[in-house]
Amino acid sequence: MPLIVKLLVQRIALGLFLLLLVSALIFAGTIILPGDVAQSILGQSATPEALANLRAELGLNEPALQRYFSWLGGLMQGDLGTALTSGRDIGESIAQRLSNTLFLAFWAAIVAVPLAIFLGLLAVRYRERWPDKAISGVTLASISIPEFLIGYVLMFFFGVKMGWFYPTAAAFRPDAPLLDKLDAIALPVATLTLVVLAHMMRMTRAAILNVMQSAYIETAELKGLNSFQVIYRHAFPNAIAPIVNVVMLNLAYLVVGVVVIEVVFVYPGMGQYLVDSVSKRDVPVVQACGIIFAAVYIGLNMIADIVAILSNPRLRHPK
Amino acid sequence: MSDPLVKVRDLKIGATVYPPGEKPHDIEIVHGVSFDLEKGKVLGLIGESGAGKSTIGLASMAYGRGGVKITGGEVWINGRDILKTSFKDVRALRGGEVTYVSQSAAASFNPAKKIMEQVTEAAIEQGKFSKKDAEARARALFAKLGLPDPDNIGERYPHQVSGGQLQRCMTALALCPEPDLVVFDEPTTALDVTTQIDVLKAIKEAIHDTGVAALYITHDLAVVAQVSDDIMVLRHGDMVEYGDVDQIINAPREDYTKALVSVRSIEHEEKPPSGEPVLSVRNITARYKGTKFDVLHNVNADLYPGQTLAVVGESGSGKSTLARVITGLLPPREGEIEFAGRVLSPDLASRTRDDLRELQMIYQMADVAMNPRQTVGTIIGRPLEFYFGMKGAEKRKRIIELLDEIELGEGFIDRYPAELSGGQKQRVCIARALAAKPKMIICDEVTSALDPLVADGILKLLLNLQKIENVAYLFITHDLATVRAISDNIAVMYQGRVQRYGSKSEVLSPPFDDYTDLLLGSVPEMRLGWLEEVIANRKMESAGN
Repeated sequence: MPLIVKLLVQRIALGLFLLLLVSALIFAGTIILPGDVAQSILGQSATPEALANLRAELGLNEPALQRYFSWLGGLMQGDLGTALTSGRDIGESIAQRLSNTLFLAFWAAIVAVPLAIFLGLLAVRYRERWPDKAISGVTLASISIPEFLIGYVLMFFFGVKMGWFYPTAAAFRPDAPLLDKLDAIALPVATLTLVVLAHMMRMTRAAILNVMQSAYIETAELKGLNSFQVIYRHAFPNAIAPIVNVVMLNLAYLVVGVVVIEVVFVYPGMGQYLVDSVSKRDVPVVQACGIIFAAVYIGLNMIADIVAILSNPRLRHPK
Repeated sequence: MSDPLVKVRDLKIGATVYPPGEKPHDIEIVHGVSFDLEKGKVLGLIGESGAGKSTIGLASMAYGRGGVKITGGEVWINGRDILKTSFKDVRALRGGEVTYVSQSAAASFNPAKKIMEQVTEAAIEQGKFSKKDAEARARALFAKLGLPDPDNIGERYPHQVSGGQLQRCMTALALCPEPDLVVFDEPTTALDVTTQIDVLKAIKEAIHDTGVAALYITHDLAVVAQVSDDIMVLRHGDMVEYGDVDQIINAPREDYTKALVSVRSIEHEEKPPSGEPVLSVRNITARYKGTKFDVLHNVNADLYPGQTLAVVGESGSGKSTLARVITGLLPPREGEIEFAGRVLSPDLASRTRDDLRELQMIYQMADVAMNPRQTVGTIIGRPLEFYFGMKGAEKRKRIIELLDEIELGEGFIDRYPAELSGGQKQRVCIARALAAKPKMIICDEVTSALDPLVADGILKLLLNLQKIENVAYLFITHDLATVRAISDNIAVMYQGRVQRYGSKSEVLSPPFDDYTDLLLGSVPEMRLGWLEEVIANRKMESAGN
């Protein structure tokens, strides 16, 4: 088997193994959470008999290991279980919310990734001059401010004062026309973009500048190529791996880390759902959200590593 | 008379320096250099590091590396002063009229792109050839430069060809756009001597066949004597001597040039083996973890107290691996190391403190072998504390003794490595090794990164210290001149085996085995016509076979 195939298979196997490990962690984490589901469903005034009955009904008395494997078995077949509080199938409830979250993350990525890479290239082209310093300053400021504060500031100025956009995403309807949907999520997208921009832009700048120190960049300059050709043709292809890595990390953040933003903007996504479920002690939903977030995170990082492997000419074309 | 192709007048070049603890300021590094170069001729620029030779070479493309700026003078190429034309014209000049061959082709080729794409890029970009013509021309150049499979080698990536081949690809890259001038910047310095010959021959023939003019930059006078018509000797940014190659080599006028020509004048009488060996390498076979091939095969050698065993070989011969086995960094698969009458544990972790103390090491890169944030005193004092528990005044006294032994003196005790020259740094490393009072020091290419005159000083110091301290050296090197200067016994290594072993006079006297013959015959000699002789001899041999 060629080395590159072996590496890819290894990397994918590692991803799956990690996911299995995380599933165990999530399960263990949720069973040591304080509080009792039965209590929170029935309220403080419930009789001990009623609580015991409900616990037996929900299967909470069975050994943890047995519950883990039956949960894992369900997961393998795509069954995320049933919500304790509402009695509804979790898969169905999550599907719509997950697609909302992915919709928000997708548009944030569409704006943020090209913008970050473009700003990174621009900063390299004008390094140590005012455009570079301006880009660095603004993006650093935006990453330093807590995201909820950025959210509220944007909401206050552009939503309330100016009235350009909806202040919250409560107007969001999954079945509305695309333009209306985009209008509704404009401010959350802007907030997310500001949060992830700096990291990606600075990594792009650093990765390319690192490559720009190489002797082959001097060779390219001595061929009489212009700065853009040098950066685009000779530096960028060698900086792809670290850039993809940080882009994927931020994409994962856009899906997994949006909890705060969704709550701030009252957006009906996974984050909201997770926060609600935690407060209701609805363990199966928390577990399901956790495993989906973990899968997204591990999956995107795996893609980054695969791109890094594929972009390495030494691995693609062995001696 | 028409103007020469290249006319440089009073060229001045400056650079911004950032000395530690001082404000950055500008200094002049080339102080008004002038020369002419006719079409089809080769001018050799020679000097030690810091002489400004590369800087002058790049200035002929109006290029300054890092913070280097051309501050004055004229550089006329094809009848126009390129320091006064627009940047657009300069770009059209680079890669078109003037091209560049760097020292390290391995670093100068983009690892992510195929060789053909890179070789033809400038020719196509500058509008000299269409893609199809440029590629045909590149293939013809590959063939002319003696590269294997010239029709397809361009489809490979840089890491898929050897160092010597890549250096020839770089020459093809420079010649592809049919330039008027090629700047060769140490094009063979990073190569093994046996490979260097082939590349030198290829470059010389290519220059001759294409009628291009060339600036040939090197620190190696013997090499430049083979390819140049004229030579300019530079030192600290000043021209020392400028003349035709015959005059510079055979009748140098300036003292500095004379020193360069006669460098490596050390005479060292070999000593016969005496007493019990301090180090015996017995039947060592070793391989790196996770690999399936042995890199050392049944290696045997002895080193006697107060003597030097030179381990000589080219890259990949296993000489550095042998050092790793002896130091315990790489436990061997078979065989053992006997040191000072005892068998050493194969791995470093289980060696005693005395084992460590008595076997010291000096490295090629003195810069990275020292902590830049420690003073010379701390660096040399550390083994005194570690092995002998010295403190305070006693330690300081011993440090000063050591500094005197390496001919630096007490004044250096509070300096930092960044304030030292390359040769001084290596001296501090020697003092640090001596501080442990070792029986033996492994010297791994300790003079390879130094200029010839500085390297000479280090070798003299090492020989001197050997007499005083009776320490044995295992001297790893690829340089046969160094071997001649310092060794008592020699082991010639080739492909992980000891090819030839014995006293210096035995090893360096005929009859030779094939490899040693090739190796000795490949060392450039400082006389005109040497390259042609070697090439003619090889042709005769291959015709005879």
